[in-house]
Amino acid sequence: MSATAAGGLLELSGVSKRFGSTTAVDDVSLTLRPGSFTALLGPSGCGKSTLLSLVAGLVHPDAGRINLDGGSLLGAPAERRPVGLVFQKPLLFPHLSVLANVGFGLRVRGSSRRETRRAALEMLERVQLAGLEQRRVGELSGGQEQRVALARALVLSPRVLLLDEPFSALDSELRATMRRLVRTLADETGVTTVFVTHDQAEAVDVADDVALVLDGRLAGHGAASGFWSAPSSLAAARFFGVVNEIAGQVHGGVFSGQGWGAVPCDVEDGPAVLVVRPERLVVDAVPGPGPAVTATVHEVRFAGTHLVVRLARPDGGALVAHVPVGTDVTAGSTVGVSAPTDACTVLLKDVTARD
Amino acid sequence: MRLLAAVAVVAALLPLVPLAIWSVSDAWPYPSLLPPSTTTRGLSLLVAPRTGAVHALALSLGIGAAVSVLAVLIGLPAGRAVGLYRFRGRRLVQLALLAPVIVPGLAVVLGLQVFFVRYGLSGTVPGVVLVQLVPTVPYAATVLGAGFANLDVDHERVARTLGAGPVRTTWSVTLPLLRPTIVAAALFCFLISWSEYVLTLLVGAGRVQTLPLQLFAAIGATDTTLAAALALLVVVPPLLAVLACSRVLSGRSAAGIGLGRL
Repeated sequence: MSATAAGGLLELSGVSKRFGSTTAVDDVSLTLRPGSFTALLGPSGCGKSTLLSLVAGLVHPDAGRINLDGGSLLGAPAERRPVGLVFQKPLLFPHLSVLANVGFGLRVRGSSRRETRRAALEMLERVQLAGLEQRRVGELSGGQEQRVALARALVLSPRVLLLDEPFSALDSELRATMRRLVRTLADETGVTTVFVTHDQAEAVDVADDVALVLDGRLAGHGAASGFWSAPSSLAAARFFGVVNEIAGQVHGGVFSGQGWGAVPCDVEDGPAVLVVRPERLVVDAVPGPGPAVTATVHEVRFAGTHLVVRLARPDGGALVAHVPVGTDVTAGSTVGVSAPTDACTVLLKDVTARD
Repeated sequence: MRLLAAVAVVAALLPLVPLAIWSVSDAWPYPSLLPPSTTTRGLSLLVAPRTGAVHALALSLGIGAAVSVLAVLIGLPAGRAVGLYRFRGRRLVQLALLAPVIVPGLAVVLGLQVFFVRYGLSGTVPGVVLVQLVPTVPYAATVLGAGFANLDVDHERVARTLGAGPVRTTWSVTLPLLRPTIVAAALFCFLISWSEYVLTLLVGAGRVQTLPLQLFAAIGATDTTLAAALALLVVVPPLLAVLACSRVLSGRSAAGIGLGRL
């Protein structure tokens, strides 16, 4: 048996779930390609875990559809969904050996002892735990426990693998190792994978796609790099570390405000916000091409790979720029600040964003 | 630590020494340190069919086993509800579960006896088993409730994502995780049932002769030798039961019993 059941096409449409008076998941529609690896990213308490529970069948949605390869999953109880779930805690069964833990699902499915043993041993080898099969669960380290949990889910060849902050209890070096392991296993098996995390660095390190969840709503879904270069909303931009927000107005497809003029955009007329990542701002005695303003250098701090320059605008606005080490800026001097047009994103003044 | 344990064991067993001596002697007059003569009368009476001690032993064991199993079966869902879920009136339910042991058993059974007579359960073994559930179920539910409170139910959620339905999850995951608690609850119930006198006497109407009833009868008849021999018979099975359970209840798994939360 090659454990390569190809991943499934997972489609959520209009999925909502309320617990009492709080809305955990609010009208989420999301399509995950077969074999894709998606990081479900968001601050804690944003509904990410509930979303996984909904897909796994541990929680039932109040509204919406969840389809796998075109067929609805909602009629099937958790135990009959081809979905694997790994929690933050390993949750190994303490009364069983490592081998029996990995073989649990196969035995439940009615596999023979012999076949279960063979498949479990093979899976343990793939998570680099060969030789530990007779260990008691309590004798394992945190990383080993999570490897067993991973093997226990993957040995069933699920169509979808859900990982709910699986490594957040581990130290950062081990976390990186485990991420590479998960990524390798996901690529080998082709399983459609969803990796929940609140850490954007972890998200882009492990996943190709990012689905951003804020306050129970999907705030963007796409290639990870897009969240840096062209955030889809002010809230998404803020989550990804945009600190420069320039309020202004759009008139006829051109943004202007706080000295920044003539930034073309396709936002409808009205109040808008121009956002620029700090590392894309150019600080120079002579303003470069593109939108530019003058500002006073308030503070310069060395941050290892770059300098953090805090700037004050005459009108009271503040800007933060990350510039290469060695750039000639000194506190108190007046400089020109500019940004290439492709670094500027004009967004609607998001009335629903909670400040 | 070892010395302390040894002292504790000796202190617990010390009161049994005179019993053991009495059971093999006819008379033990005041000044003598040991009885002047020994007899096997007490021990032979134990196995004599006329005394009914063997029958009483079997009956007590049977009733104790039945009561333990039933009390745990009833206590599992009750303990799950109290230990796992937070709901309005939970404290009230906990109190209601304990009510039968808060109210004196004699008062309870005097009220219950009417129904036992009406439904023909008076003087029957099933009737005695049923009435012994009154003092045992509260303990079973409380101990199991503490066990469920210490259980990480996410284990059950994992089992479900691995393909195990509710029945399989309960059998292969929940019950094994609760094993120390279940053993402790069953042991408590067995011990309560084993020494139960008043309820057995009233509902058994003298026709269900368990060991405690025999013992009281022997004491009433001032047959010290037989009473001492019977008393030894009453003492030994619980000791064996505790010993048999000690392996499950000791060490790492003892934390699982959650007795600290009682």
